[in-house]
Amino acid sequence: MFFTISLYVALAILGLGLVYKASTWFRYSIGVEAGKFSAQTRVLRAILGIASVLFGVKILTLIKVFVIDVVLQVRILRQDFLRWLMHICIYLGFMLLLLMHALENFISEPLFTDYYSTVNPFMFLRDLFGFMVIIGIGIAIFRRFILKVPRLKTNAMDHYAIIIIAVIMISGVFLEATKITSHTEFQIMVEDYAGLTAEDDADEIKALESYWVKEYGVVSPNVKKPFDTETLDQGKESHEMSCAECHSRPHWAFLGYSTAKIITPVALGLDRANMPTILWYIHFLACFIGLAYLPFSKMFHIFVSPLSLLANAVMEKGKSEPANIATRQVMELDACTHCCTCTLNCSAAVFFETFPNTNILPSEKIISIKALAAGKELSEQELKHIQEGIYLCTNCYRCTVVCPVGINLQDLWFNIRESLLQKGYPEFFALSPLSFYRGLMKEDGDNYQKPLDKTREAIADRCELMKMPDKVITLSGIDSAFKGTLSQSDQANTFSGCFGCETCSTVCPVVAGYDNPREVLGLLPHQIMNSCGLGLKDLALGSNMLWDCLTCYQCQEQCPQGVCVTDILYELKNEAVQQVKEKPLMERKL
Amino acid sequence: MKFALFLGCNIPARLNQYESSARAVLKKVDVGLVDIKEFNCCGYPVRNLDHKTFVLASARNLALAAKENLNVISLCKCCYGSLKKADHLMKEDASLRAEINKILSKEGLQYDGDIEVKHFLSVLFHEVGIETLKEKIEKTFTGLNIATHYGCHALRPSKIVQFDDPVAPSIFDKLVEVTGAKSIDWSMKLDCCGAPLWGVNDDLSMRLTEKKLENGKISGADFLCTACPYCQMQFDTVQKEILSIRGTNHQLPSLLYPQLLGLSMGIESKLLGLNMNNLPIEGIEDFFTEEKAIKA
Repeated sequence: MFFTISLYVALAILGLGLVYKASTWFRYSIGVEAGKFSAQTRVLRAILGIASVLFGVKILTLIKVFVIDVVLQVRILRQDFLRWLMHICIYLGFMLLLLMHALENFISEPLFTDYYSTVNPFMFLRDLFGFMVIIGIGIAIFRRFILKVPRLKTNAMDHYAIIIIAVIMISGVFLEATKITSHTEFQIMVEDYAGLTAEDDADEIKALESYWVKEYGVVSPNVKKPFDTETLDQGKESHEMSCAECHSRPHWAFLGYSTAKIITPVALGLDRANMPTILWYIHFLACFIGLAYLPFSKMFHIFVSPLSLLANAVMEKGKSEPANIATRQVMELDACTHCCTCTLNCSAAVFFETFPNTNILPSEKIISIKALAAGKELSEQELKHIQEGIYLCTNCYRCTVVCPVGINLQDLWFNIRESLLQKGYPEFFALSPLSFYRGLMKEDGDNYQKPLDKTREAIADRCELMKMPDKVITLSGIDSAFKGTLSQSDQANTFSGCFGCETCSTVCPVVAGYDNPREVLGLLPHQIMNSCGLGLKDLALGSNMLWDCLTCYQCQEQCPQGVCVTDILYELKNEAVQQVKEKPLMERKL
Repeated sequence: MKFALFLGCNIPARLNQYESSARAVLKKVDVGLVDIKEFNCCGYPVRNLDHKTFVLASARNLALAAKENLNVISLCKCCYGSLKKADHLMKEDASLRAEINKILSKEGLQYDGDIEVKHFLSVLFHEVGIETLKEKIEKTFTGLNIATHYGCHALRPSKIVQFDDPVAPSIFDKLVEVTGAKSIDWSMKLDCCGAPLWGVNDDLSMRLTEKKLENGKISGADFLCTACPYCQMQFDTVQKEILSIRGTNHQLPSLLYPQLLGLSMGIESKLLGLNMNNLPIEGIEDFFTEEKAIKA
C-alpha cells in the first residue's frame, strides 16, 4: 500500500515536473532577439519544425545521430575513454536494471515465461548490471574527487547525482545480501513453498536449513556447521523437491553473495532488526525520490540531452526558424550535465588561474545563464561578473565542438553577451582584441557601439585631470608613488629616458590616422611617457590613446632612447582598468 | 624536423583554409607536426587588461610543448609575438617565472625557457630553406605582383621576436619569389593591418586598412599576401565589409602565403581552401603560364 501510494506520488511529481520544465523552454528567452516571440508562437513553430523534420529527409540525420551520439555516445568517447566507460556503465547498467528489474512486471515477466529474479540468467544479470553502475559511480567519484583535474568544478548537483545513484545501488546490494542471509526469509519460504511446518516436520526443516546454511549462505540461529553428510543429503533432497526450481545458487548474484559473506557475523542481528524490510524501504524510496526529483536535477539530462543532440543535428543559425532557435537555447540549458568537457577544452579557461571569475569557465557560465534565463533577480555585482566571464572568451568554438550533448555554447555566449551589454555596465574586455569577433558579427544599430563608448567613459571618468585641459598643473598634485607601480614587465622605468623627441608620436599610425589627434586621442604617446615620468597618473591613464593603440610597436622600435613605449602603454591599460573596478578582483577563494 | 603546431583560437574557428594549406605545404617539405590538444589561448587578447594572466596563458603553452620536448611553430603573428614575449619574460624575470611556474605546477607543468618559438615563415625560410622549396615547385607564376604584409607582431619589438630585420625585412619577399611571383616594393609594407582595433574602434580600424589597401593598389599589387589570421581576416572579411559600406568593388584581395606556395607546389585547391576566402582569389591561377618539370 505504502509502496503503491509513494510510487504514484513520485510519478505524479515526475509528470508535473516534466511538463513544468518543458514549459520553461517556451516561456524563457535568452538574448535580445529571442524576446520577440510569444510562448504560443514558439510552441506552434516547434510543432511545425518537428513535423517537417520527421516527415522530411532530415529524419535520416536524426537516426544517424541517435545511434552514434545518443546510444553509443561517441562524442564522449572522442574526449576520453575513461569517461566514456564511466558513462556507458552507468547508463547501460541503469537502463537494463530499469527494464529487467524495476519494470519486471511489465517487461521481463511477459517477455520471458520462465522469468524469476532468483533464477539464472536473471539473477546473475541483475548483479552484473548493478556492478556496471557501481563501476561507473566509482569512476565518477575517482574523477571528481581523487583525480583533482584543474578547473573541473564539482557542485551540489553533481554530488546529488552521485549520491542518489549510489544509495539506490548500495541499498539494492545490501538488500540482496540481507535476504540471502535472512533466517526469517528462509522460514517464510519454507512455509510457503515447501509446505513444511515447525511442529510436524522439525527434522526435515532442520536438514533443509543445514543444506541452505552450507550451500546458500543462510545464517541460522538453530543449526551450526559442520553438518554430517546424512543431514545434508536429506536436506538436498527436500531442496531439490521444493526450492531448486526457483533458486539458482546465490553465488551467481556475486555482489549480493559476497556482501552476504562479509555481513555473516552480524547477519543474525540484522535479521532480527528486520533489516531486509528496512533496506527494501530505503531502496524503493531512493528510487522514487530520484524519480520525483528527476526533472529538477542533473538527471533531467536523460531526457533532454538526446533532444539537444537531435535538435542541434538538424538546426542551424541563420537557416532554422529563429523562434525555434530561441526555444532550443533554453532547452539546451537543461541538457547540460555539468560534465565540464567544455571547461576542460576551453582556450580561455587558463585565465581563471589568475583571474578568478568562475564565469570564465563555460561549464559555470551555463549555471549563471540558467539563473538569468529563469529571470532571477541578480545584483549589479553578479551581472558584471557574468558579463566579464562571458566576454573573456576567445570565440574559438572549442566548447561547442566538444560538448557531448551537442549544445551550441558559442551561440549561447553570444546572445547572452549582447543582452548583458545592453544593461549598460562597462565591460573592460570590450576594449581588447577579444572584441574582434564581435566586430565581425556586428549587426546594424546602436546596440553595437554603446557598450564600447560606455566603457571608455567609465575609465575616463576616474581621471579628473583629463577633463580640465586648461588647468595649470602644480607639482603638489603629482603622484610620486605612481612611477613605482609601473613595473610589471621588463620595461620598468624606461620612460625615465624619454627626452621628448616625439619620434613615437610621429611614427604612430593611430596619431597619423586623425587630422586632430590631440582632440580625439587625448595625450599622444610622447606626452603619456612624459606624464609617467612626472607621476601625473590621471594624464597617463585617462587618454583615449591607450585604447586606440594598435600595439604595432612602431613607437617602441624606433625610440632613440630605448623607451618601451608599447609595453608601457600595455601596463597603463592594466592600471587604468584596475583603478576603475570598484573592488579589486575579489572571490579568489570560491 | 618536428614541431608542436600552435593554431591559436582564430584559425580553427574561422580560417580553416590557413590550417589545411599550411599542413599541406609543411607535409610537402617534410616538416612533421604534432598537435597538442591542451594548448590554450596565447594570452594576446588579455594583455590589455591583465599582464600576469597573459604571461600565464602563454607560458602554459610553452610548458606543454616543453613537456613534449618540441619547438613551437605558430601560424599567427600575434600568437607568435605573445609566445616570444612570454618566453623572454620567463627567461629574464626570475620572480615572475617562479610565480607562473607555481601555478603551472598544479597541472604538473613547468617552463624554464627550454624551447624555441618559430613562425611558419621562419621555419620555411631558415629550417626548410629556399632551395628545398624550389625543388618542390611544380608551376611558377608569371607577371604576378604580390604585396607582402609582414605583420607587426612578427617584426617588432625586434629585440624580442627576432623574426627578421625590423627595418628592411626580406624573408617573406624571398619566400614569395620562390613561386615566380614578384614581391613589389610598397611604402606601407611594414604597417599595421588595423585588426587590433576591429571591434574596438571600427572607424579607425577601417581607415587604417583602407589606407594600406590603397597604397598596395597604387604600388601595382595584384594580391596581398599574409601569414597571420588577424591580418588575413582584416584584409579579407573586413575589406569585404568596407567595400559594401563604401559601395565600391575596387578591391585588393588577400591570400595566405601557404595558399600561394601551395598553388605553385601543385597542391590540390581543396586543401588550399581557395574558395573559402571572402574575396575571390581564384583569378590568381591565370598567372600560371608554363608548366615546369619537377627536377630534371
